[in-house]
Amino acid sequence: MSHSTVPRGTTEAQTSPQDEDGTTRTPKVPAPSGKGGRGPRAKKAGRLPFGIRWRRDRTLILMTVPALLLVLVFNYVPILGNVVAFQDYDPYLSENGFVAIFESPWTGFEQFERIFADSAFWHAVRNTFVLFFLQLVLYFPVPILLALLINSVVRPRVRAVAQAIMYLPHFFSWVLVVTVFMQIFGGAGIIAQTLRRHGYEGFDLMTNPEVFKYLVTAETVWKDAGWGIIVFLAALSSVSNDLYEAAAMDGAGRWRRMWHVTLPALRPVIALLLVLRVGDALTVGFEQLLLQRQAVGVDASEVLDTYVWWNGIRNQDFSYAAAAGLVKGAVGLGLVLTANKVAHLMGEQGVYKK
Amino acid sequence: MTAVLGTRPDQEKSRVKKPGRWSAPPRPVWEEEPSRAGQAGKGIALGLACLAILFPLWIVIVTSLQTKKTIDEAGGLVVIPKDITFVAYQELLGGGQVQRAALVSVGVTVVGTLFSMAVSVLCAYGLSRSGSLGHRWILMTLLATMFFGAGLIPTYLLVQALGLTDTYLALILPSAVSVFNILVLRAFFMNISQELVDSARIDGAGEWRILFRIVMPLSRAVIAVISLFYAVGYWSAWFNASIYLTDQDMMPLQNVMIQLVQRQERPVGLAAQINTGQLSPLAIQMAVMVLALLPVAVLSPFVQKHFKKGMLTGAVKG
Repeated sequence: MSHSTVPRGTTEAQTSPQDEDGTTRTPKVPAPSGKGGRGPRAKKAGRLPFGIRWRRDRTLILMTVPALLLVLVFNYVPILGNVVAFQDYDPYLSENGFVAIFESPWTGFEQFERIFADSAFWHAVRNTFVLFFLQLVLYFPVPILLALLINSVVRPRVRAVAQAIMYLPHFFSWVLVVTVFMQIFGGAGIIAQTLRRHGYEGFDLMTNPEVFKYLVTAETVWKDAGWGIIVFLAALSSVSNDLYEAAAMDGAGRWRRMWHVTLPALRPVIALLLVLRVGDALTVGFEQLLLQRQAVGVDASEVLDTYVWWNGIRNQDFSYAAAAGLVKGAVGLGLVLTANKVAHLMGEQGVYKK
Repeated sequence: MTAVLGTRPDQEKSRVKKPGRWSAPPRPVWEEEPSRAGQAGKGIALGLACLAILFPLWIVIVTSLQTKKTIDEAGGLVVIPKDITFVAYQELLGGGQVQRAALVSVGVTVVGTLFSMAVSVLCAYGLSRSGSLGHRWILMTLLATMFFGAGLIPTYLLVQALGLTDTYLALILPSAVSVFNILVLRAFFMNISQELVDSARIDGAGEWRILFRIVMPLSRAVIAVISLFYAVGYWSAWFNASIYLTDQDMMPLQNVMIQLVQRQERPVGLAAQINTGQLSPLAIQMAVMVLALLPVAVLSPFVQKHFKKGMLTGAVKG
C-alpha cells in the first residue's frame, strides 16, 4: 500500500503501519527498526539459514497449526467438493458421502445447461439484483447520515448513549430481527392491532409479496445501519480541526464546511465500502430471506443463495445446486475484481492494492 | 496584554474542568453558535432513530411480563405495562423444550467461544512477528478464504462425510475460525511494544510465557471485543443447526424461536395450559424472544467503548 494513493482523512486502518508491514512486504526486505519492524532480529531474518530460523520460529508455527487445520478442512477441502457440479452425484453410491464423489458418473457441463434453461434460476437472479440495488440506494446512505448526525452532537454522554442504542440491533440474530418486525408490521403486530381497534382494517406486511423487498431493506437498515456508522465516525475523528478552522476563517459556514471538509474526508471510506458491497452483491441476506421464505412465498423471496439451498439441501439435487453455487461464486469473484478495478481507476484504494 | 496572557489559560482550564458529562464541551472560537432550530432538529432526528430501535424491544419485553387478562384487554401486544408477572418465564424455564434449548445455546456459545478464542489467539500470536519463518505463507492461506467461499453444498457434504451431523461439533467446528477476527487480534499483538517482548525474552521467557504473561494481559480490550463477536455468532446461529441436526431435542434456542414465535407453534408441554386459558400464548412467545435478546443486550454495552478499535485495526488489505 503506497501512501500516495491514500487521499486526505484516511482511517486508522489505512494508516496503521503494522497492517501493511505484515501483509504486503516480503520478509526478505529488512524491516526498519522501531515500532513497525521487529528490531535487529527481523533485520537479520532474511539472511539466517533455514535451520536456525526453524529452531527460532517453530513454536510460532506450531501455534498457528490448529487454526490452519480448521481452515484447510472447512474452507479448502470443500472447494474440491465442487467437482460434484460436473457429475451426477449420488451420495448413496458409497458409505461415505465424500467417497461417493469418486464413484459418481461425470456429466460435463450438463448441470450448467440445466441451470441456464431454468426460469426459476433467472427469477432468483433477478430478485438478487433487485434487492441489491434497493439496498444500495436505501441502505447505504443511512449510516453516513447517522454518522454525520452523531458527529455533530458534542455532548459526550449523549453521543455514548445514542451509539450504544444504535449498535445494539447488530448483535441480534436474524431470527430475532424478523420476529421483532412481525410484532410491528405483522398481521398481529402493533400497527394492525391499533388500526383494528379504531375500526380500520388491519394488514400484514410480513406476507405481502409486493412490499417484501422494502420490508427486507427496512430490516437490514434496522439491524445494521447503526453498526455501520463506526467506520465513518473513525474517519471523521481523524479529520484535523485545523481544516475546519481554516475553512471557517475563509468564511465557510456549517454546511459548506461539511461539503468541503467532512465529505471529502469520508470519500475513501465510502469508496471502500461501496467496493465491498458491490463485490458482495450476490449475497443479499441469505438467512434473512430463508427465514421469511415460507411466509411470503418463493416468488418474492427466492435469491441465488436460497435457490442453491432449496435445490441442494431440500431436494437433495446436489450436483445441480453445486453448479448453481459455482456460477454464483464465479460471478461474485468477477464482481469483486471489477469493482476494485473501478475503484483504482477513480484513484481510490479499493480492497487490495494493485 | 500580560494580564490577558496570564489569565486566559487559567480561565480555559476551569472551563474545561467544570462541565458535567451531559453538558457540551466549550466551542472553538471560530465556530458559530448553533441555531435553536438546528439543535431541535438534531435532537428530534436522534431521538427518532433511537426510538425506532427501542420501541419494538419495549413492546416485546413489556408484553412478556403481562398477565393473560391484560393482554386480552389490549387485544394483543401491550405498550403500557400494568401489573407485572413472571409467570411466562417461570413456565418456560421450569423445564421442557425452551429451557433445554436455552441450555443448549448457552453450552454451544460458551464452549464454542472458548475454543474459537484459543485457536484464534494462538494463531494471531504465531503470525504476529513479521519475518518469522513461513508466516507469509500461512497468512496468505488464511487471507485467501476471505475472497471466496467453498459453497454451501460441498461444505454440507463434507460435514456429513466427517460424521458430524447430529453432533454439536457441527455447530462449532465449521464456523470456529474467523479470519477477520484473527487479523484484528494479530494487528493488536503487533502493536505491543517490542522492547517489552524483547526484555522478557532476554530474561529467558519462551513464546508461550510471553503470550500468556505479557501479550494477553496487554490485549484485554481486544480479547473482550473478539470474544463478544464470537459469542454473538454462536448465540445467533440457527442455519447450521437447521441443516446438520435432525433431532428436535438438540435444537438451540434460535431454532426453537423459529418454531414457537415465527411459525406460532405451541410449546411442547405448555399446550394444555395455553388451551385452557391459564397462559397467554403471546406472553410465552415474547418471553422466548426476551431470552434470546437478553444476553446480547446485557453484554454488548460493556464492550462498546472498544468496538472502534476492534473493528478497524483488523481491516487489513490483502
